[in-house]
Amino acid sequence: MIPREFAYERPESVADAAGLLRSHGDGARVLAGGHSLLPMMKLRLAAPETLVDIGGISSLRGITDAGSYFEIGALTRHADLAGSDLLGLACPVLASAAAGIGDPQVRNRGTIGGSLAQADPHGDLPAVLVALDGEVTAEGPDGTRTIPARDLFRGFLTTSLAADEILTAVRVPKAPHSTYVKFNRRAQDWAIAGVAAVVDGDSARIALTGVGAAPVRAEAAERAFWGGNAAEAAARAADGLDPPSDAAGSADYRRHLARVLTLRALEEAIGG
Amino acid sequence: MKSAVTMTVNGAPRTAEVEPRTLLVHLLREHLNLTGTHVGCDTSNCGACTVWLDDEAVKACTVLAVQAHGHEVTTIEGIAANGDLHPMQRAFHEHHGLQCGYCTPGMIMTAIKLVEAVPAPSDEEIRRGLEGNLCRCTGYENIVAAVRAASEVRV
Repeated sequence: MIPREFAYERPESVADAAGLLRSHGDGARVLAGGHSLLPMMKLRLAAPETLVDIGGISSLRGITDAGSYFEIGALTRHADLAGSDLLGLACPVLASAAAGIGDPQVRNRGTIGGSLAQADPHGDLPAVLVALDGEVTAEGPDGTRTIPARDLFRGFLTTSLAADEILTAVRVPKAPHSTYVKFNRRAQDWAIAGVAAVVDGDSARIALTGVGAAPVRAEAAERAFWGGNAAEAAARAADGLDPPSDAAGSADYRRHLARVLTLRALEEAIGG
Repeated sequence: MKSAVTMTVNGAPRTAEVEPRTLLVHLLREHLNLTGTHVGCDTSNCGACTVWLDDEAVKACTVLAVQAHGHEVTTIEGIAANGDLHPMQRAFHEHHGLQCGYCTPGMIMTAIKLVEAVPAPSDEEIRRGLEGNLCRCTGYENIVAAVRAASEVRV
């Protein structure tokens, strides 16, 4: 399968990349690791006129320990996140989610920025960012702004990034008691449902993958957790959910998974 | 519009004129006649097209040739040294780690990196590490045996 023809640009700075996006308008797309966009282009589900490949901008790669939080460049790959001892100890929800994305070859190419900007409802990292209450940096021709996770994901494959903005960095707080658990039936498949859990003393933040068009905060479960009751919280994890039914699982099955996986995630996070 | 891409393939500099939409796997197979790298599913699932890009396993059906410009690519044709099979190739041979052989180049390219990362892998680690490579003959038992044997040669 071959993508439709397109023009290829390889800017050397974020400013140049943003300028190219503005001058090419809606016909341009940012290429990072390419493991969501290229498959869509091969299937002709996407047909950008211009690809702006930011892969050569090396300043967008790396994990920095900034004290209470981590600053992560958008081009940092899933393999880098999964293999980071820093994240493994101080932000295991991110490291464990990255370790389970796709397969080893996919993790060698796919990036955190690309995954968040793609906003696939079955992608793992959007729910992780929401559970962590993290934020991203967006750079465009008119300047730089910070978008909190709760304002980033707008729906199916949709974010609040403007067409000429580039997601350049991700900031997540340290969260040593946290984990990500997902369920699928086939090797390397997308999550049928997944749970990102971040426990901080008596409180927890819980976000779900695969049960809506965008990550869903399990707010009833968070309230029920108060004081550390994982079983009470898990019982409420599907409250208010309206999950999709498809070949991978019915809506009821996804509600069941939300409860079961929330219990597993909270117990693991508390024990971690 | 075509443009020239240059990369090191199996240790030698190679240049080709390609369209931006040309996939790395097609550059290797059709422009450089390196047909050991196979196209299986063509949807980033099966791993038959696995090569090393800058010494890491990637699926060449999901990389544009232009993205590999200036980089180093290694294919199944590039891992035997002076005519001697790589220990992983030999292990697949000795343990019958293939039936139809279609997935084998990708399996071997992934397995070598797996054993480099985890020098004495358990069977579970081997199976997880090969998650991105599918064998349509379902010949996984002998593939796992081959990778285990190759890892013991290295240890």
